[in-house]
Amino acid sequence: MNFRELSLLRADLAFIAHWLNDGAHVLDLGCGDGVMLDYLQTSRNCTGYGIEIADDKVLACAGRGVSVIQQDMEKGLHLFDDNVFDTVLCLSSLQMMMNVEELLRDIARVGREAIVSFPNFAYWPHRLSLLSGRMPVSKMLPYEWYNTPNVRCATIRDFEELANKVGLKVTECVALQNGKPVSLLPNWRGSLAVFRLKK
Amino acid sequence: MYFAQPLQLQSGAAIGGYTLMYETYGTLNSDKSNAVLVCHALNASHHVAGTYADQAGNVGWWDNMIGPGKPVDTDRFFVIGINNLGSCFGSTGPMHTNPATGKPYGADFPVVTVEDWVNAQAMLADELGISQFAAVMGGSLGGMQALAWSMLYPERLRHCVVIASTARLSAQNIAFNDVARQSIMADPDFHGGDYYAHGVVPKNGLRVARMIGHITYLSNDDMSEKFGRDLRSGEYQFGFGIEFEIESYLRYQGEKFSTYFDANTYLLITRALDYFDPAAPFGGDLTRALANTKAQFLLASFSTDWRFEPECSRKMVEALVSNKRRVTYAEIDAPHGHDAFLLDDARYHNLVRAYYERMWNEIGNRGLA
Repeated sequence: MNFRELSLLRADLAFIAHWLNDGAHVLDLGCGDGVMLDYLQTSRNCTGYGIEIADDKVLACAGRGVSVIQQDMEKGLHLFDDNVFDTVLCLSSLQMMMNVEELLRDIARVGREAIVSFPNFAYWPHRLSLLSGRMPVSKMLPYEWYNTPNVRCATIRDFEELANKVGLKVTECVALQNGKPVSLLPNWRGSLAVFRLKK
Repeated sequence: MYFAQPLQLQSGAAIGGYTLMYETYGTLNSDKSNAVLVCHALNASHHVAGTYADQAGNVGWWDNMIGPGKPVDTDRFFVIGINNLGSCFGSTGPMHTNPATGKPYGADFPVVTVEDWVNAQAMLADELGISQFAAVMGGSLGGMQALAWSMLYPERLRHCVVIASTARLSAQNIAFNDVARQSIMADPDFHGGDYYAHGVVPKNGLRVARMIGHITYLSNDDMSEKFGRDLRSGEYQFGFGIEFEIESYLRYQGEKFSTYFDANTYLLITRALDYFDPAAPFGGDLTRALANTKAQFLLASFSTDWRFEPECSRKMVEALVSNKRRVTYAEIDAPHGHDAFLLDDARYHNLVRAYYERMWNEIGNRGLA
């Protein structure tokens, strides 16, 4: 998979891919159908593994030739030794975890760098929804409160606090809207929060 | 195929002059890059797929997986099934004549290991002119052979497919094997392994051995669902005959098995299972044991398999990941216990199909010559 294909499929991942070094050893938590690892492997000379729980997505990864390990991330990353990954990706999946703090600590343990993204609940249409008395439902959060897999709702400001608590320093923080960075009022205008973190 | 050159065994013994039965499916392509070796488990053979012209009922043991258009597509891959040494489906085994004595080997057949089998399989691969397999594949004990291939002959396979297997038996696994062996050896018809000379077969021992084995292949839930506490006649007979459906089923399985399987083979193969422990020479460190592997791996386990539970596969995955090997691992939620690896399950078969599809693309779709 080349960069153009990745951009068309997932603009957010294409933006994040700029932050990875060529040849990096990468762990992709909640790797989905494996597009990111597919691109990183074939176009950027990277190696690594994806973790995924859903059968259909594991199947998609296997077909792509992405090394995928079917596992529930809630059970931790004990398969992996300390500091083995150059970068740990946790993209649009952290908000589905019960043990967010535990997982972040584990991410810090196995990786030298981490990139974490999650839906920004402070995105202005979400704020409007809440002001009008309803939980936000949008393209980014297409679920009702009673069936959403997104059990953790955080804003850009919230996340930084937790990252610092588990010993990660924020080196970059970007809010994306349709895969493009938002510079003015990011915590209002960006629907996806992306953090680049170092130990 | 007959091999005149003696095979040196792990025990220090050697088998001089031996035959390996094998079957092939599909066509080897011109650059010999599409060969797949399928290794069998305890009671199976080289007859992996399809039927014979004169035996329509004799379907290969992995026929739902291997064949034209199946997950391992024999229109694309050249698949080889081999019967292992010591088994009882045509390859040299304890029922054959020991050239040293002129009598059947019986109890004198040397104890063989997974590694010995793999060495013999490599001899056959040499004879067939296959220097590197696209994949070596197996479930359970067959998976152990595939794993051993990746360590003993790292250059000779590109992919290693290990299903419902383990890198070593647990004490519980060994215990079950020993109960099975004891039941065979305690049968008066066993005659210390030389029952061939007496014209008998330790059928009762084999029956019980198979019944014990079979229990470990099924999950508790599956057994409950299939048989529950159902009674054959609907009420207690207040005796010790076959009253529960599960008794009837197990005895039927045992009876069937005892008519075609060799008792000495059962002892040999369960021992090979017990002995397999590639991490042992590395102080139990499987990561070091797998350090020289070069293949890419596909591992799969089944949620209700309590013989080789998913944790066994996870241990192998962990060691492979520590070595930065490429590995795909799926944990299939299936109700059928260890037996699931032989059954038709869409998630499982789709995974294998997707993996072989990718292998097919890797060799540039060069199926037929």
